Amino acid sequence: MNNLLLMIAKRLALGVLTLIMLSLLIFLSVEALPGDLAQEILGQQATPETVAAIRRELGLDLPAHTRYLNWLGGILQGDFGNSLALRKPIIGLIAPRLENTLFLTLYTACIAVPLSLALGMLASLFRNGYFDRISNASALASISMPEFFVGYILIYLLALTGYFPSMANINANTPLLEKLYICFLPALTLTLVVTAHMMRMTRAAIINILALPYIEMAHLKGVRPGRIITRHALPNAIAPIVNVVALNLAYLITGVVIVEIVFVFPGLGQLMVDGVKFRDIPVVQATSLVFATAYVGLNLLADIISTISNPRLMRQR
Amino acid sequence: MIILNFLLWVVVVACGALAVGYVFREILVRIVGQEIAKIVRTLPLTASLGIFVILIYIICAVFAPVIAPYGEADILAGSFEPWSSTYWLGTDNLGRDVFSRLIYGARNTVGIAFLVTSLAFLIGTLLGIYAALKSGVVDQVLSRIVDVLMAIPSLIFSLLMLTIFGTSALSLVLVIATIDSTRVFRIARAVALNIVQLDYIEAAKLRGEGSFFLIRREILPNAMAPLAAEFGLRFCFVFLMISALSFMGLGLQPPTADWGSMVRDNAELISFGDITPLIPAGAIAFLTIAVNFVVDWLLHRASGLKE
Repeated sequence: MNNLLLMIAKRLALGVLTLIMLSLLIFLSVEALPGDLAQEILGQQATPETVAAIRRELGLDLPAHTRYLNWLGGILQGDFGNSLALRKPIIGLIAPRLENTLFLTLYTACIAVPLSLALGMLASLFRNGYFDRISNASALASISMPEFFVGYILIYLLALTGYFPSMANINANTPLLEKLYICFLPALTLTLVVTAHMMRMTRAAIINILALPYIEMAHLKGVRPGRIITRHALPNAIAPIVNVVALNLAYLITGVVIVEIVFVFPGLGQLMVDGVKFRDIPVVQATSLVFATAYVGLNLLADIISTISNPRLMRQR
Repeated sequence: MIILNFLLWVVVVACGALAVGYVFREILVRIVGQEIAKIVRTLPLTASLGIFVILIYIICAVFAPVIAPYGEADILAGSFEPWSSTYWLGTDNLGRDVFSRLIYGARNTVGIAFLVTSLAFLIGTLLGIYAALKSGVVDQVLSRIVDVLMAIPSLIFSLLMLTIFGTSALSLVLVIATIDSTRVFRIARAVALNIVQLDYIEAAKLRGEGSFFLIRREILPNAMAPLAAEFGLRFCFVFLMISALSFMGLGLQPPTADWGSMVRDNAELISFGDITPLIPAGAIAFLTIAVNFVVDWLLHRASGLKE
C-alpha cells in the first residue's frame, strides 16, 4: 500500500513539474512577441507616454520573473487577467464555456468508450474474419477524415431531415434532457472520430494477450472463445486499454475545438479560436493553459490507473 | 430515406473504388518490368487504390493551371451559382469557380503539407539520430525539451504559436514543422538507438568519421524503411492539421485556394441541402485515406507478418 502511495506521489510530482514547465513555456512564448502587449493594445499611433502608462498599469515594466510569478499566483487564485478584446475578466468567460466543453466531452465518452470496447472485443474474437476486416477498414477511413467532414455529413444526413438541430446552442439554464438532445450531433461526430482509434487499440491489446501460452491452455481446457476473452484476456488487457481511453479523452479535449466551430457550440475551443483571430493574447494563454492542464491530467490518470491494474508493476516500484 | 440513399452511395463508391484498384493493379502489372511486377501482384486492392488516388492528386497539383478552366482567384459570376456546364461545381460565396479552386487546392494545400512534413523530417531525423549517436548530455537535453513540447496537445500549441507569430504562410510552415519534428525526433531516436550499437558504426567511428558522415552514410540508409512509413503517417497528420487550421480561418490566407477554407466559406450551403462544400472536405479525406492504405501495406510488408 505504501508503495502505491509513494508511486502516486511521484507521478503527481512529475505532473506538477510538467505543468510548471508548460506555464513557463506559455508565458515565455508571449515574451518572444515582437513589441509588447501595450503596443498591441494601443495600436501604431500611440504616443510613448500612453504606452508607458499602460505598461505601468499592466505591470509590464516589472522584470520578467516577477511578472511570471504574479501571473501564476493570480491563476492559482482563479484570476486569469483581463481579455484585451472584450475588456472583461477572463475567468468569467472561461468558466461557463469550460462547463459546456466538459459536458460535451463527458457525453461523448459515455457513448464512445463502451461502444469501442465492445467493437474491439468483437473484432478480436472474429479476427481476420469479415467483421474484423470491415471494421478495420472503416476505422482506418474514419481516422483519416477531418472532423469537420464527419460533422457536415452528419448535419446533411440527420439535421436536414429534421431529426436533430444542426446548431448546438445551449446555456446554463437548458434542462438536461434537452441538452442531451441538442448536443447529440456534436457528440456523435466526436464519437465517430475517437471510436475508431480506441477500437483498433483495444483489438491490438487483446490480440497481443491472446498469443500468450495461458490462453492456449484455456483453449485446450475447452473454454468457450467468448469466455476466454472476457474472463482470461480482458483483465490483463485493462492496462493498455485504460491508457488508450485516457489518451483519447485527452485527444477529445482538443478535438472539440473544430467540432465546436462546426456546430456553433459555445465552448472553450471557440473562445480560443476567437482569441487567436483577434490576437487576444491573455485569452489564448489562459485557454491553452486550461487545455494543456486537462491533457496532462488525463495522461497522469492513465499512468496511475494502468499501474494499479497491474500487480507486477506495483510490487517492483 | 436520405440516410438509406446515403448508405447505398457509400456501398456503391466502396465497390467502385475496389474495382478501380483492381483495374489499376492489372494495368500496373502490364506496364512495369518483371521484377517490380512481382511485388505489384501482391498489392492488396486497398493499397493499389491508394497509389492510384495519390497519382491523381499529384497530376492535379502539377498541372493545375492546365486542368483548371479558370484562375483560382478570378471572380467570374454571382455568388453561389448552381452547378452548370460553364461552372461545373457552381461558384462560391464570392463568385469564384469552385472546380478550378478545387484543382488549385491540390497544389496549395497538399503542397504546403508536403513541404511542412519534409521540413519536420529534416529537423527531426537529424536531431534524433544525432541524440542517439552522442547520447549522454546532448541526448538528455534534447529529449527533455521534446518531452515538454509534446506535453501540449499539438493543435493547442500551434494555435498559441500562431497568435504570437501571426497567420502568414511562412509562420504556418515553421510552426507546424517545429511541432511535428518533436514526434519525428522520438521515432528517429528510437530507430537510431538500435543501429548505433552495431559493430559497423563502431568501426566507422574508429576510422575517425565525423558525426554528419555517420548520420548520412551509415545510419540513415538503415533507418530508411521505418522512417518512410512514418513519413506517410506524419503527412496525414500535418495535412489534417493544416486543413483544420484553414477551416478555422487561421491557415492559408485568401485568395489562395485551399480546401479547408473552401469548406468554411461555403458551409452555409449545406443547410440548403447543397453538397458542394462537402466536396473539398471529401478531397481531404480521400487523400488521407489513400495514404493510410498505402502506409498500412508498407508496414505490413516491412513487419513480414502474413498472419
